[in-house]
Amino acid sequence: MAITEHTPLEIGPGDTARYAQRPLGVFTRPQEGRGWRDWLSTVDHKRIGILYGASAMFFFLVGGVEALLIRLQLAAPEGSVLSADVYNQVYTMHGVTMVFLFIMPLAAAFANYFIPLQIGARDVAFPRLNALSFWIWLSGAIFLNTSWIVGGGGADCGWFCYSTNSGVAFSPSHGVDFYAIGLQILGIASLVSSVNLIVTCLNMRAPGMTLMRMPVMTWMLLITQFLLLFALPVITVALFLLMFDRLFDAQFFNPDAGADPLLWQHLFWIFGHPEVYIIILPAFGVVSEVIPTFSRKPLFGYEFMVFSGIAIGFMGWGVWAHHMFVSGIGPISVAAFSLSTMFIAVPTGVKVLNWLATMWGGKLKFTVAMKFAVATVAMFTIGGLSGVTHSVAPADTQQTDTYYIVAHFHYVIFGGGVLGLFAGMYFWWPKIWGHFLNERLGNWHFWVMLVGFNLTFGPMHILGLQGMSRRIDTYARGYGFEFWNMAATVGSLLIAVAVLIFIWNVVKSKRDAPHLPPPGPDPWDGRTLEWSIPSPVPTHNFDTVPQVHSRDDWWHTKYAEDDDGRVVRVATVEEAAQTGEATGVHLPSPSFWPLAVAVGLPLIGYGLIFNLWLALIGALLTIASLYSWALEPVDDPDAAHDHHEEDHQEAQEADNDGDEQ
Amino acid sequence: MSAEAVVADHGHDEHATTTGLSHTKLAMWVFLGSECLLFGGLISTYLLYKTRGNNRTLPTDVFDIPFTSVSSFVLLMSSLTMVLALSAVSRGEEEAGRTWLLATALLGGVFIGGQVYEFTSFVREGVAFTTNPASSAFFTLTGFHGVHVSLGIVMLMSLFVASVKGKLTQRNSETVEIVGLYWHFVDIVWIFIFTVIYLIPAD
Repeated sequence: MAITEHTPLEIGPGDTARYAQRPLGVFTRPQEGRGWRDWLSTVDHKRIGILYGASAMFFFLVGGVEALLIRLQLAAPEGSVLSADVYNQVYTMHGVTMVFLFIMPLAAAFANYFIPLQIGARDVAFPRLNALSFWIWLSGAIFLNTSWIVGGGGADCGWFCYSTNSGVAFSPSHGVDFYAIGLQILGIASLVSSVNLIVTCLNMRAPGMTLMRMPVMTWMLLITQFLLLFALPVITVALFLLMFDRLFDAQFFNPDAGADPLLWQHLFWIFGHPEVYIIILPAFGVVSEVIPTFSRKPLFGYEFMVFSGIAIGFMGWGVWAHHMFVSGIGPISVAAFSLSTMFIAVPTGVKVLNWLATMWGGKLKFTVAMKFAVATVAMFTIGGLSGVTHSVAPADTQQTDTYYIVAHFHYVIFGGGVLGLFAGMYFWWPKIWGHFLNERLGNWHFWVMLVGFNLTFGPMHILGLQGMSRRIDTYARGYGFEFWNMAATVGSLLIAVAVLIFIWNVVKSKRDAPHLPPPGPDPWDGRTLEWSIPSPVPTHNFDTVPQVHSRDDWWHTKYAEDDDGRVVRVATVEEAAQTGEATGVHLPSPSFWPLAVAVGLPLIGYGLIFNLWLALIGALLTIASLYSWALEPVDDPDAAHDHHEEDHQEAQEADNDGDEQ
Repeated sequence: MSAEAVVADHGHDEHATTTGLSHTKLAMWVFLGSECLLFGGLISTYLLYKTRGNNRTLPTDVFDIPFTSVSSFVLLMSSLTMVLALSAVSRGEEEAGRTWLLATALLGGVFIGGQVYEFTSFVREGVAFTTNPASSAFFTLTGFHGVHVSLGIVMLMSLFVASVKGKLTQRNSETVEIVGLYWHFVDIVWIFIFTVIYLIPAD
């Protein structure tokens, strides 16, 4: 049973003792506190969000170093920074790291932190499962990267790891095994998290928060969770088949035995194209919050925004074969997928137009967050347009596997996804930490990153059209590739500088925070519920669960129209915001078991690769932890059911009876 | 804002959710949606590969339809006993509930036993996991289903033990319902597998 926001607030302040006195198995039930151990057992969606975000930024640096190695290798003809073999591993791990270990968990950070706040809930539906998602994700991420040390190198088959390149014959190191098992572990994490967040969105909205009053960011994140829910099992199947082929001699991708290598491509891209929207929709959601706030206008065409997001979610399933136009899938398939690829540009275009219409006539305020948001729209549009050119199959045939493709998807994923999520960081930083990021350094970060980004990936369009292949470790002199490759390398160094500025900004603004006025609950004059509570957010989120009367409810709490239709302020933030001073709010208890379960999974992975006994130990650890988890009493709402008054004695007895759910 | 006031606000409907379904039940439905795609991928793989024999024996050559029909029937009957278990628990008849839970688990166990027998006899007849793409796909698909049934049996036995300990009462009969959702889903998947894989001939 999970704790809902409707759970009565039955524990008195300071009365957490009875939770600590329940030794079960090897762990004493932890209490929520402030030390580092509390981060290991936390089930608070906000802390889990921060854990996701911080780990994602760490892997951003890892993937960034890999990117810089690629660019150094390609800076000049006949580069010798990396051997061809290591180059293969580096670009593969760069792609895998950036997609699965950076953007997805960073989006998960926003989803975890802000979905409950935006729908007026005290936590997600399953707080311990939420912790489990994070720990499984982290253990999978670490597992994947240990292949550098114990696996004889990283995977070397490209992030989409086409058969038959991924077979033992062409990739004899354990890198691909780590890829196949590591992505399965990461997939479990995302699946658990998607179930959790879908239930949260559907089932835990504050009174009055109908679906069509949900903030657009929550909407986009909800659609993302559905895409994850349905896309992940497909790649899981593909990864299982690959794993069985490599480890247990199955025949799924052995053409000599009559197998079809295209099976992998289909399964991968049926996952892989929705994955593109899994990456971009959270950024769309962020932009849809930032632009209205700094335009001081409601989002133009809310319904269109929501339904175009849903349309993207559906149509994203019907375009996968445009990744496979050169694989010989036949003229009818090519024509069908060309058309569907053109069509999917329509709902995306609707979004772009609505953002522009939101800004049109607004009182624009170009904070760093707003600059990132506007840049997201602009850069994504460039990437989207080059994407439409891929729907023209004859042209795509020419462009496949060239740097034109690399340019395209970096404009979409970096220009759309990463810039969008940076907009979100500058926007919500004061909400999360209680102090602003420095705007001056933020401006430097923004401009250096924007210039560096365009300098890196803009020239790749030209290189690609000139015929430079992707995934080659070097190129000969005299093809005309020299200048633009050097330009791209300089650009990539600028991006690195921008990231360093951002890190410096994080450090400096934390250091400066005590000398600056605190941001207060609502520094940007925001529109959604998270701005109605203090910054940083108190552990229990809301003192009282808000009653929602309209879209942008918080805005309408502050402003109303007078008789002439002018917007007038009716309440100050101080009057309207919650104080965060409620005590005795009943919150889910922390638990170590999610971490214990997560530790077992990579052991199974190592065991499958090296020694099945180890897999057995991992499996036993996981199963034992799952059972201990199931038997660990949730601070059960059923126990609270009978005790509307704060009767500790009685509550304790009811608890000891063990409503074990 | 004092704690008492907040209790007064929401004390009367602490189990209310937006949809009216409990979180756990909704989560199970959502999860089963995901499972559809998992089995969809595996079934598609088998359909693509079912004639890829590498000049060796195909699974379709060694199918024993009468035998598998019987074990399919056993699995379907376990859905009936599952319903009876839920009905008994939700009426507060814990003794009967335990009986039907055990019966469901036993029927599932018989099905798994049949699958083990089937697999071993296939291997004896020359269709092993690594024989050809068709056999790899067959064993992976039915093996996955078997693992799902086995996990279901573990859940049923956990419920049984909980019931013996007196912890499965009318009040939390929803737990039985949620395990039942999973169990019925696994059965329905088998109906698909049996029809598409076993009953429709290879060419």
